[in-house]
Amino acid sequence: MNSNVNDKLDTATRALLQRPSHGRQDFETLVIVPIFAVIAALFLGGLVMLATDVDLATIGQSYLALARGSVGSLTAVSETLTAAIPLVLAGLGLALGFRAGLFNIGAEGQLLLGGMAAVVAGFMLNGLPWIIHLPLALLAGAIVGALYAAIAGWLKAATGAHEVISTIMLNLISFRLLDYLLRQPFIQKDGRSDPISKSVPDSAELPRLLDWIDPNLRLHAGLFLMLAAVAFVYWLLFRSKIGFAFRASGENPHAAQYAGMRSSLVIIAAMATAGALAGLAGASQVLGVLDRATPGFSAGIGFDAIAVALMGRSHPLGVLLAGLLFGALEAGGRQMQVDAGVSIDLISIIQALIIVFIAAPLLVKSIFPWGFRSNKHTRGDVK
Amino acid sequence: MDVELRGITKRFGPVLANDGINLHIRGGEVLGLLGENGAGKSTMMNILSGLYTPDEGDILLDGRKVVFDDPGDGIAAGIGMVHQHFMLVPVFTVAENVILGVEPTGPLDYLDLKTACKQVREINDRFGLEVDPNAVIETLPVGIQQRVEILKVLFRSADVIILDEPTAVLTPREVESFFAIVRSLRDAGKAIVFITHKLHEILEISDRISVLRHGRITGEGDPAKLTTDSLAEMMVGRPVSFAVDKVPASPGRAILNLSELCMLGDNEDFTLDHVSLQVRSGEIVGIAGVQGNGQTELVEALTGLAQSSSGSIIFDDRDVTHSSVRERHRMGMAHVPEDRLHSGMIANFSVAENMILNTYYDPTYGRGLEIDWSKAHRTAAQYCIDFDVRTPSVFLPAGNLSGGNQQKMVVARELERDTKLVIASQPTRGLDVGSIEYIHERLVEARNKGDGVLIVSSELDEIMGLSDRILVMFEGRIVAEFDTSEGPVDRNAVGLAMAGAST
Repeated sequence: MNSNVNDKLDTATRALLQRPSHGRQDFETLVIVPIFAVIAALFLGGLVMLATDVDLATIGQSYLALARGSVGSLTAVSETLTAAIPLVLAGLGLALGFRAGLFNIGAEGQLLLGGMAAVVAGFMLNGLPWIIHLPLALLAGAIVGALYAAIAGWLKAATGAHEVISTIMLNLISFRLLDYLLRQPFIQKDGRSDPISKSVPDSAELPRLLDWIDPNLRLHAGLFLMLAAVAFVYWLLFRSKIGFAFRASGENPHAAQYAGMRSSLVIIAAMATAGALAGLAGASQVLGVLDRATPGFSAGIGFDAIAVALMGRSHPLGVLLAGLLFGALEAGGRQMQVDAGVSIDLISIIQALIIVFIAAPLLVKSIFPWGFRSNKHTRGDVK
Repeated sequence: MDVELRGITKRFGPVLANDGINLHIRGGEVLGLLGENGAGKSTMMNILSGLYTPDEGDILLDGRKVVFDDPGDGIAAGIGMVHQHFMLVPVFTVAENVILGVEPTGPLDYLDLKTACKQVREINDRFGLEVDPNAVIETLPVGIQQRVEILKVLFRSADVIILDEPTAVLTPREVESFFAIVRSLRDAGKAIVFITHKLHEILEISDRISVLRHGRITGEGDPAKLTTDSLAEMMVGRPVSFAVDKVPASPGRAILNLSELCMLGDNEDFTLDHVSLQVRSGEIVGIAGVQGNGQTELVEALTGLAQSSSGSIIFDDRDVTHSSVRERHRMGMAHVPEDRLHSGMIANFSVAENMILNTYYDPTYGRGLEIDWSKAHRTAAQYCIDFDVRTPSVFLPAGNLSGGNQQKMVVARELERDTKLVIASQPTRGLDVGSIEYIHERLVEARNKGDGVLIVSSELDEIMGLSDRILVMFEGRIVAEFDTSEGPVDRNAVGLAMAGAST
């Protein structure tokens, strides 16, 4: 009798521990909407080209170039990945912030100062073996990025200053601060009067991965940094205790407070982690690609990363895929310009259109109604 | 106007929400509709108001078949719904709220507020609603705000008025005047559908009662011939006990001691005015009072969510006046918050995540930085079984659960730990009798095993039924105390104290 009851309980427990299969709904929002958004954006991009007097043949040619330049050859793939690395790193940081309910616009500034710190650490610690030198340079980037972002976090936690405002202002400060630093004698390249930093010695550089095939392939070891960061952020958000507090604070701050989570601690920790990832993005860019810091070397990566994080739905794997797509668009865009003479600005338009479509899933569903299950009569749950 | 539902069936995926329902709503009559959460009441009313389209069955208005494709169709046909949660703009006046969406306009889109006020006054006078059209919503008590909702429906010339759990937010006194309004609407020939869980109310106000269970009408009848027991059995499908079964209290040492606790509100006035009280282990202390008399602030101060401005809190022989939420929680203070959706749970989190919401940091769930998720999932499954939380899986979002199951989830999380003091605020608000009975049993069980239990509720029945001692709060002060061990407490005396009369 007693064992019978226990059996029953076990069956009930087992049933409760079954993971429900992912619904059609998830598949639609995570896969179908982004695919259709890209298609719609490319179509509208074509219309924009038509409107600016580009003939049909050139439009076709330019989209072929887009494909060729992003995935059509080993060089293309290398360029795509190289462009994706900083986007994914910074995008992961922003996604983490979004999950914690923080709309951090400051990746650009964190990335610039993180990159600057990596360069300085690079040439100041010259003479160390690379196995120590490179990690130290990366660490310098991460720490400075984290500290810079923590300013906005601290302001919010202590005074309630909204992070959108404070991070935008910190971005503006970082642009000028970079200009100032680049003219300091111990940073500025010897014999130059324009703002440009000393070069990073080889021992602090992220090694190129494919230069044994072709010395022009720029893909560097930042790729592993990126993949490790994806795994780390996934672990942090979904496995760790602090990540649980991040997500709870983002979803329902009242419930987080009720559960005894310290909101000020969560805000500062989440901002600092986001800043560290943005700083790493900057470091990987200077140590892997640019070799030195110049004014505005970030080239808007910190802002594009916002789009990457949003498109990736603040999920580490989504951010990775979105970062790869944006990297592909950037690499392919350069090819478009070369092959078809279409302005690279068009790529920014297409990127912007993709974001608009992803942000408006209902719009995508109304344009491509056949791709979605009709749910007119199933609104709401039975309660 | 006569409304007839014939064989209405509505499915959501595999779930049969309404199963061949026949219902007749007549003008000049109050139809009481009773059913547990998830019985299909809301689905049926949403079909009637045009929000859902039924899979099978017909709606007949005065014998003519109609099809509603759009929420607007229901309103146009004269069917209006007063929702449980008010949909009012707090900074607008009564008249502005009433006309919102159907504004009387003059040339050049000129908003004719004067005409609006006049029309609102006319409806007011006709049904005895007594609402000032120029009053700003946020300055009005809840009972009056509800009348504004009724005004809105009447302004859109509804003949069928659906009231979805209208008394949930009202004090006993407000309920009486609310019933007077319902009767005057009925006498004016309106058809009223009154949805509720509260059995004595439905017996008092209805002319006819229909009971819904698992999507079917399981009982119909004349309120004169029905009793609360027979109704409850129809609703739940088994006999339900209302009297909370409990042995006499055997209180032990004081587990909680408040002395002279004060808290200041935004306007520098006292929201808590020198409150002193004691909870002993093994007793249930109930705090009665009309909502907004300092109960929320009291619970926040007790649990550490807000700091008191003066006074002290001694919990388990330690001064916790300035301790954090987590410290108090670890010392064995359980807290069932007054609004589960606001602060007690996270709707997008899974049931398992909600079950460990305030214990996730504990070494039971992993000693390092990582949460031992398999342990967390197994624990959550066990809690679900222990507290009868009905969910297909602990991985599903808690937001998918019905209100009763969400509340059981919160109660399970709080009571499954080793607790010394249970603070439960509105523990059964909006729940059906089955869940209420269950949660009450669990609270009494906590008291029997030696916990101190503090219950804050605006339901006088709940306080009267559960408490060993009753304290009444009015304007931030404790104004009366009743001890149930000295014989039955006079309900009217408590009610008068709630209204501030005994001071």
